Amino acid sequence: MENNTRDLEAEFQARIDRGENIEAKDWMPEKYRKTHIRQISQHAHSEVVGMLPEGNWISRAPSLRRKVALLAKVQDEAGHGLYLYSAAETLGISRDELVEQLLDGTAKYSSIFNYPTLTWADMGAVGWLVDGAAIINQVMLTKTSYGPYARAMVRICKEESFHQRQGYEIMLALCNGSEAQKRMAQDALNRFWWPSLMMFGPRDEDSPNTEQSMKWKIKKKTNDELRQQFVDQTVPQADILGLIIPDPDLKWNDDKGGYDFGEIDWDEFWDVVKGNGPCNQKRLDDRNAAWDNGKWVREAAIAHAEKQASRRVSKSA
Amino acid sequence: MNKEWPIWEIFIRSKNGLEHRHAGSLHAADAEMAIQNARDVYTRRQEGVSVWVVESKYVTASNPEKSGELFEPAKDKVYRHPTFYNLPDELKHM
Ligand SMILES: [Fe+2]
Ligand SMILES: [Fe+2]
Repeated sequence: MENNTRDLEAEFQARIDRGENIEAKDWMPEKYRKTHIRQISQHAHSEVVGMLPEGNWISRAPSLRRKVALLAKVQDEAGHGLYLYSAAETLGISRDELVEQLLDGTAKYSSIFNYPTLTWADMGAVGWLVDGAAIINQVMLTKTSYGPYARAMVRICKEESFHQRQGYEIMLALCNGSEAQKRMAQDALNRFWWPSLMMFGPRDEDSPNTEQSMKWKIKKKTNDELRQQFVDQTVPQADILGLIIPDPDLKWNDDKGGYDFGEIDWDEFWDVVKGNGPCNQKRLDDRNAAWDNGKWVREAAIAHAEKQASRRVSKSA
Repeated sequence: MNKEWPIWEIFIRSKNGLEHRHAGSLHAADAEMAIQNARDVYTRRQEGVSVWVVESKYVTASNPEKSGELFEPAKDKVYRHPTFYNLPDELKHM
């Protein structure tokens, strides 16, 4: 039996090494399944919780153009959450279990959404930086080994680029506006820059799962590689806006062909992960309230469906 | 009572003349709601002109462990392809 499992694992690894995708009904090591349930569901929760800081500004958008764009973006994030929950469910966990894990705090979601969105400029910074960082991660994941996850990522990536562009356009408008507007844009960048770098996770040497994730081709680049890519592509974008990235150590390094940048405040990082960020409690409370307040709707829809079905049966009898 | 809405598989025809293709799945209380939800989840950018929804429990899938015996017999039947037949170059329209 044990020998058999070892053969299966070797064959599984060989499939991965050949670049084959793994599909839901294929044999897979229990740890591969568990890792994916955790990662895909965390990703789904992030999309869902990510609606909250932006939803906060829909009713206060400064124009109808901005409002329809933000509304459409937030609606896309709901869709992303749904694609990802479906992908996680292919691994044999139910939607209710997944939701439960979010609501009782056992599941994590991206810490970036535990920061508040204080001004309209934050909608610009979130689209530009947060969606920008998410895109880097998600483009990599379109090549991930688990088929349903990879397909969800392809769909998501197609939708993301509008998110980042609408955010950048908000920043551009503010930076070309009055002094006060430009200050507001700079302030948003100041507050979101470091948390955005944290989105890529701990340093490689503090990320014990990276090696296994690379071996199974769950990820194809390390946290630090992705973070570097983000910094390199974002600095010139800040230059176009005429904004200053809040990092005195940031400078171009000719030898590596990329920017050197300062050290992330890892104490803050772990503190927010552990639940002590400025909005952790509020996000969980809001999700719990939405779930509880929607209970009667879920139940009524089932009751209606059952009644309709029983009518159809009695008619055809 | 806490009953989960069943899962539905969603098939979308992107435009007339093309076949419906599997787009993904979602939860809905009944078929009508599944179509509504599919509209919102899978066709926000005009990706479809027609939707089929099928409750997932009615899909029977082939067993991946049997894929050898199911699909490999087609492997050595090269004579099912036009390139198997040797014909002169001057022959046209064939
Ligand atoms: Fe998203
Ligand atoms: Fe997004």
